[in-house]
Amino acid sequence: MAKIIVVTSGKGGVGKTTSTAALGAALAQRNEKTVVVDFDVGLRNLDLVMGAERRVVYDLVNVIQGDAKLPQALIRDKRLETLYLLPASQTRDKDNLTAEGVKRVMDELKKSFDWIICDSPAGIERGATLAMRHADIAVVVTNPEVSSVRDSDRIIGLLDAKTARAERGERVEKHLLLTRYDANRAERGDMLKVDDVLEILSIPLLGIIPESMDVLRASNLGAPVTLADSRSAPALAYLDAARRLAGETVPISIPGERRGLFGKIFGRRAA
Amino acid sequence: MKFFDFFSKQSSSSAPKARERLQVLLAHERSSVGQSDLVVRLREEILSVIGKHVKIDRDKVTVKMDRGEKVSTLEIDVEIPLSAKLRAA
Repeated sequence: MAKIIVVTSGKGGVGKTTSTAALGAALAQRNEKTVVVDFDVGLRNLDLVMGAERRVVYDLVNVIQGDAKLPQALIRDKRLETLYLLPASQTRDKDNLTAEGVKRVMDELKKSFDWIICDSPAGIERGATLAMRHADIAVVVTNPEVSSVRDSDRIIGLLDAKTARAERGERVEKHLLLTRYDANRAERGDMLKVDDVLEILSIPLLGIIPESMDVLRASNLGAPVTLADSRSAPALAYLDAARRLAGETVPISIPGERRGLFGKIFGRRAA
Repeated sequence: MKFFDFFSKQSSSSAPKARERLQVLLAHERSSVGQSDLVVRLREEILSVIGKHVKIDRDKVTVKMDRGEKVSTLEIDVEIPLSAKLRAA
């Protein structure tokens, strides 16, 4: 049974696209057929983070408007044959997304994929509401920072009101993904702690992704962080989060940046 | 420098790669303003030429693109059914 996940946050720059790519690749690495769908029409970036930017021919808007068939617009990942990308349009605007069109695409994707991961644009307008519209599960990406937590709270409200499930009287399963977490700063009292955020938002925790250079490095290279270096701290955290999404019980650990002996000696090389 | 790289987990030079990817991408995006549907138009025109001679199924057409620094390639794969040969005009 296909599951539709929306990766959302309200606030921009908290790691939605990074998380979509990383979770998508992590689920595909489990040999489950996965598609990541970019809903950020006009400002697409999932293609770039996935390293497929040179291969985009058709996009979500082309499919909705009938210029292309869905299989023609899907781009298969060069590293994982279970992973696909449906890019957003770069040249149109979000008004080209229609509720019926999005539903048609989602229904068709459900026939051939195990996981459909929708990368929501920032904000609470059309693109964001359509991205969450058909979701079974929501991953609310939040930074341990006041404005991000506030916007996440707003998004949680929308998930309970504006989704197809909410309108049918069912609920969307909501999970918190805490990103850019710095255990040292939280320990010093300079950053909201995991428990603080959990207490305020009161949705279950999917994972804690540590602030790490590996995330930037992966996006530079155009690879989901779980593929760029699957043993790095953020990759391990995303791989665990993916296992939880798939229903496994995996204990949550608060990642402190684990450095090797040489890393400690040569210090914070590229902070 | 190389010596130290040996001890770090991986070589640290991902930024030049990022720079190169962006340059290629943005060169294409800046030049394609106003002709966003170039691929769609090319496909339609190429298919109509082929369609004059053989009957083709629109769904059995794959269009692939690879944008490079100096050249881009457009690859159009058209499946022509065997029976269409009989009908060739």
